[in-house]
Amino acid sequence: MDPRPADTVVERAKRPESRLVETAGGRTKVRVYEGGSGPPLFFLPGVSGLFPDDPFLAALARRHRVAAPLYPGYEDSEGAENLRTMQDVVLWAFDVQDALGMERPLVLGHSMGGMIAAEMAALCPREVERLVLVSPAGLWLDAHPIPDLFAVMPFELPALLFHDAALGTRLLTSALPSDAASAASGGAASDLATLAKRFDDPSFLQAFLIQNARRLGMAGKLLFPIPDRGLAERLYRVRARTTLVWGESDRLIDPAYASAWQRLLPEARLLRVPDAGHMLPYEKPDALLDAIG
Amino acid sequence: MKFTWFNLMPWPHLPEDFREKHRSVWVDIPSRLYDPVKGHDVYHDYLDLLEYGEQLGFDGIGVNEHHANAYGLMPSPNLMAAALSRRTSRAALVVLGNSIALYNPPLRVAEEFAMLDVISGGRLVAGFPVGSSMDTNYCYGTIPAETRERYSEAHDLIRRAWAEDEPFAWNGRYTKLRYVNCWPKPIQKPHPPVFVPGGGSIETWDFCIDNDYSYSYLSFTGYLRGKQLLDGYWKRISERGVDESPYRAGFAQIVCVAEDDAEAERLYAPHLLYFYNRCLHIYPGFADAPGYRTLKTLQAGALPQFTARGQKTLSELTWRDLVEGGFVIAGSPATVRERMVEMIRGLRVGNVFCLLHMGDMPKEVTRHSTRLFAERVMPGLRGLWPEWKEDRRFWIQPLESRREPSPIGGETR
Repeated sequence: MDPRPADTVVERAKRPESRLVETAGGRTKVRVYEGGSGPPLFFLPGVSGLFPDDPFLAALARRHRVAAPLYPGYEDSEGAENLRTMQDVVLWAFDVQDALGMERPLVLGHSMGGMIAAEMAALCPREVERLVLVSPAGLWLDAHPIPDLFAVMPFELPALLFHDAALGTRLLTSALPSDAASAASGGAASDLATLAKRFDDPSFLQAFLIQNARRLGMAGKLLFPIPDRGLAERLYRVRARTTLVWGESDRLIDPAYASAWQRLLPEARLLRVPDAGHMLPYEKPDALLDAIG
Repeated sequence: MKFTWFNLMPWPHLPEDFREKHRSVWVDIPSRLYDPVKGHDVYHDYLDLLEYGEQLGFDGIGVNEHHANAYGLMPSPNLMAAALSRRTSRAALVVLGNSIALYNPPLRVAEEFAMLDVISGGRLVAGFPVGSSMDTNYCYGTIPAETRERYSEAHDLIRRAWAEDEPFAWNGRYTKLRYVNCWPKPIQKPHPPVFVPGGGSIETWDFCIDNDYSYSYLSFTGYLRGKQLLDGYWKRISERGVDESPYRAGFAQIVCVAEDDAEAERLYAPHLLYFYNRCLHIYPGFADAPGYRTLKTLQAGALPQFTARGQKTLSELTWRDLVEGGFVIAGSPATVRERMVEMIRGLRVGNVFCLLHMGDMPKEVTRHSTRLFAERVMPGLRGLWPEWKEDRRFWIQPLESRREPSPIGGETR
């Protein structure tokens, strides 16, 4: 399955465009992808950020006016040194909304983005009226320890994150540093072996390590060494109408976490999606769009 | 020249099939492989060897810190230095060092180092490593991107705690103390010599230059590979326009001395291969938590240790690879002396941390190598760097008159 939507003229016209936005008078500089029309939606992606021509973002833009910021440390977003704690990141997310002039959009967060979105709704319940959490991080169950994302070998990621590892490989490869990647492989990588082999090429490796250090360096402030910053104690404050979405074959954050979230957010609606892993937005975008409504 | 007899304190009983059964010697190695009853002997053998190092005339005896690591059994090197402080009387206690970002409050390090300096009569060399990613991030949970900021704050706090004569308040980002009051304080003024073990980050070089700290490169890949890194350091020294004292740099080198080259292979090869093939079996996912290394360092060069190929090479080395590749300096006293000169001159180092015990090397074998080094290699190297002979900035300044332990029960018994 090709994750990219059919490249019709209509689709291309709707494809989100990006620009650099300053928050709080230059505290951070953020690349924001915007597009589509419909009710406003603020999308906070997971640790892997957005993919080139992000297929899920394109899908969202078919029904929503969507804005998706890239965290400082991702692509050319800057200012990670000003974000140390979850509190900083939550305030940053509201600063981004302010900079974009968004008023109480639907907040959709995936994985780490779900953790941030839930914190936003807990800290400022009057600011978040509609919340969608897709396989969110933020809780910890001793019986279901979340694998250490900071110690996983890159070539192990597709099978960990996706129900369909082949699709995962294609998507993750598309996100790797492109110049070095094509120089190293002599073209697009399409299988795990090729992906693994690229990590032996020093120039590719350097580009990869720099990208990884910037992104995961930022993400580590919220997720390392245990992705729990006390959210469970604050979720009682959430007032937003909330939908939880979980892939039934999520191997990173076990579906058992869905029940834990439900216990803490008893009003939330839960949708379990078959044949979807942690990267559900990329494996079952339509099911997710329907859940958002 | 200053020679330190350095011990990593490896666990010598890793099973033959360790590599096949386990993914890493560090971080997640099951502790069922450790046997505390055997450990009793292991610690005492290692402490005996360090004391023997002093007896044979080494300038320093050295220990370091690792966590959940089967080749480094010193979660607290300060305990080892304390144990060594009473039966030794002359050698520097080179604690290389305390990972200061890990202690809360870091004042604890200021206090313990001061205790060691006072007990030993001013013989402490204080090591301030940033700490490996395995220890700092994976074992002790420090957020990778915070590691260096924590290190820097801890360092400033420790130095000020040693320097001030009155209590003061410390409002740091990571440590807040209303009363910083370091009792006891170190003997050596303004502070014990500080060594900073590093892995080649430019920020660390500048930090050493700014503070007159000695930079130590501790690797297991030997002086041929160490050259590129130390050349970078010396280039930075020259750019910064400071003096080029060789005591600004130290290097750890594995050394094996025998009566002749053939005996060296016979005596030491199995133990060296135990080290390289079993002890350096480290899961690459633990090598470098993203955010631990600075971007400047990543941009400065490729890091071959992160390739699957780089990993494989280390664990498949043979004795011949080790000797010819300069990983190990081994052979007769004449061979070793010649290569030590090449290493010391080539790297421009005044401090050498001699790794004379490696892997599962038995005590007697280690003593043999140590004795040959002390008696037949070291004397020939003493005269190197004559023009820097008077440079005392980077070594201990102990009390002239130091206490020995009294007979137990007092002199009158």
